[in-house]
Amino acid sequence: MRILIIEDDREAAAYLSRALQESGHGPDHAADGEAGLHMARNARYDVLIVDRMLPKLDGLSVLKALRADGNETPALILSALGQVDDRVEGLRSGGDDYLAKPYAFTELLARIEVLARRRRPEDAETVVRVGDLELDRLAHSVKRGGTNILLQPREYRLLEYLMRNAGKVVTRTMLLEEVWDYHFDPQTNVIDVHISRLRSKIDRDFGEPLLQTVRGAGYMLRNPMPA
Amino acid sequence: MQRLRTILSITAVRLSIVYTLVFGFVAVVIVLYMTGATANLLRRQIRESINIEMVQLDRIYAQSGINGLIRQLERRAAAPGANLYVIAAPTGSIIAGNVDEIETEVLGRIGWTFRPFEYSRFSADGQSRHAAVARVSELPNGMRILVGRDLGEPEKFRSLVARALILSIGAMLLVGLLTWVLVGRRALKRVELVSQSTNRILSGERHVRLPVTGSGDEFDRLSSGLNSMLDRIGLLDEGLRQVSDNIAHDLKTPLTRLRNKADAAMIASGANQQQALQEIIADTDQIIRTFNALLMISRVESGSSAAELSSEDFSAIILDVAELYEPVAEEEGFVFETSIEPGLKVRGNRELLAQAVSNLADNAIKYGRSDNNLARISFTLGREGEHAVLSIADAGPGIPAQDRQKVTERFARLEQSRSRPGNGLGLSLVAAVAQLHSGMLEFADNEPGLKAILRIPLEKKIRGAGE
Repeated sequence: MRILIIEDDREAAAYLSRALQESGHGPDHAADGEAGLHMARNARYDVLIVDRMLPKLDGLSVLKALRADGNETPALILSALGQVDDRVEGLRSGGDDYLAKPYAFTELLARIEVLARRRRPEDAETVVRVGDLELDRLAHSVKRGGTNILLQPREYRLLEYLMRNAGKVVTRTMLLEEVWDYHFDPQTNVIDVHISRLRSKIDRDFGEPLLQTVRGAGYMLRNPMPA
Repeated sequence: MQRLRTILSITAVRLSIVYTLVFGFVAVVIVLYMTGATANLLRRQIRESINIEMVQLDRIYAQSGINGLIRQLERRAAAPGANLYVIAAPTGSIIAGNVDEIETEVLGRIGWTFRPFEYSRFSADGQSRHAAVARVSELPNGMRILVGRDLGEPEKFRSLVARALILSIGAMLLVGLLTWVLVGRRALKRVELVSQSTNRILSGERHVRLPVTGSGDEFDRLSSGLNSMLDRIGLLDEGLRQVSDNIAHDLKTPLTRLRNKADAAMIASGANQQQALQEIIADTDQIIRTFNALLMISRVESGSSAAELSSEDFSAIILDVAELYEPVAEEEGFVFETSIEPGLKVRGNRELLAQAVSNLADNAIKYGRSDNNLARISFTLGREGEHAVLSIADAGPGIPAQDRQKVTERFARLEQSRSRPGNGLGLSLVAAVAQLHSGMLEFADNEPGLKAILRIPLEKKIRGAGE
């Protein structure tokens, strides 16, 4: 993926560029808001990573300007301000996701990979399949290998999110944000237990497990034998 | 010059100058008015007495003719301090009286001459000129009579008044000056004392207080007001210092641990090193979480999120959190019960309320267990008067009554909880969120166990909104 990092902290930007390169992406870097806006306007990127506080033109203004141009490149806002109202303001200005500093790189990576495919047309498909697991959005039903699986509403939303992002790492924080709409960290491992319940319903009685735990990062729903 | 400017800048001095000016002006007006009134009165008296005398003289002339009149006039004129009397020929030459010389036009005009005119009279001290007013009337034979009054007395009166005026204004200026010096200097001295104390406080002597004389005047009231403010600031300062001490202490432990692990990771290799690095990251995350929690608490406490309050379904928020925690609680071997009255609306922030309730649920799972009792957690939400009341009860060891106040302080951790993971900030945040919502957090005995009770005011129904 081509990624534009607009970040004035050179050390942080260098670290981020290297880590993204190692993960197989192609990062560009702009050190201030004006340069960032210029680059975003003149090249196609899959994802923008925009720091909120920037010299010359702040991150939110960069996004507003791009959105006013009709540029809909998905954008992740990075900010030292992590409170709810800051997040809301960030998303209102055209950001697609918001990550508070300091963050774990695995978290950032998971988020940009999910962001990059967020606007793809297959999102609109009514039936999503991963291996022999099948989720019907219209009927709100889940089947694996033809067997109906009964899920609680929250389990359904959890599975839908995982399936929509199949093959990608999804962190606990992302699940809390997307499925529960919470932006805080519970002290207890609440998500793990929900995942293990879901796992017992979709994986236990069927051969190959689809729902994997990615150590140090989160979870991934994956077809073990891609066609 | 500089000193004069300093003195003039004192309120008391400015006030005494203004008072002196105003009183001086009023005094001058009063004195002028009184002089005017008195002079008028005197003039009227003079006129009346002259009129009466004229009538008497007319009558004498009618009874005893010109000779009788002259005799009578001579007699009156001889009396000491008497009026002016003149009998003159139609030509204007003086025939009899106590006047030696007079302006001729006075005698030439029949009637009053109010304009003071000059004349000279026979007297022991030789001839001296005086001012007088007079009335002239004509006898049937063409001769004229003049009766007048010397103005020496009114003149004397006027100078008396002038002297009184000068004296009183002088006295007033003197008193004003004295007040100025005394009050102004006193005020200056008090202000000086206050600013000395302030400077000492500023230079670090925190225990110093502003002087209070005990007279109860405005300076005293101001000083004691400022003193209680200083006391309050001192108290807050103390609390703040305690918090930062606690932060330093609470962060030193994990940072030391972090450093030790980094040391160990440096000499480790392969999988062991991976493992050590992962632990380091986990520890760092924990420290970051502590900082975030601290920031969040102070932000909530300062009320800056208050603007974000909106109408929220408290019942739905509680239901969501209960549903989030139910699997964990059951996994941990708790019996998990909920009894939630639906549709309780509050003015609030969903995210903050959810986080507060989730902190209480975390605590129940962490501490709500004891060896003797069935592990049980219950969420109960109901309506009590104007409040939505959520109670989260467990059957653990509970919190001793004397510690219930303390547990909401930052970093407060009770002895039995020190060994468990946690940062001692969870309940501080719950208390702060309760306060932001004008509600409160309290603890009760669940017999056995702890009952954490969160009261949030129900949203007032807007009239006409309907149901």
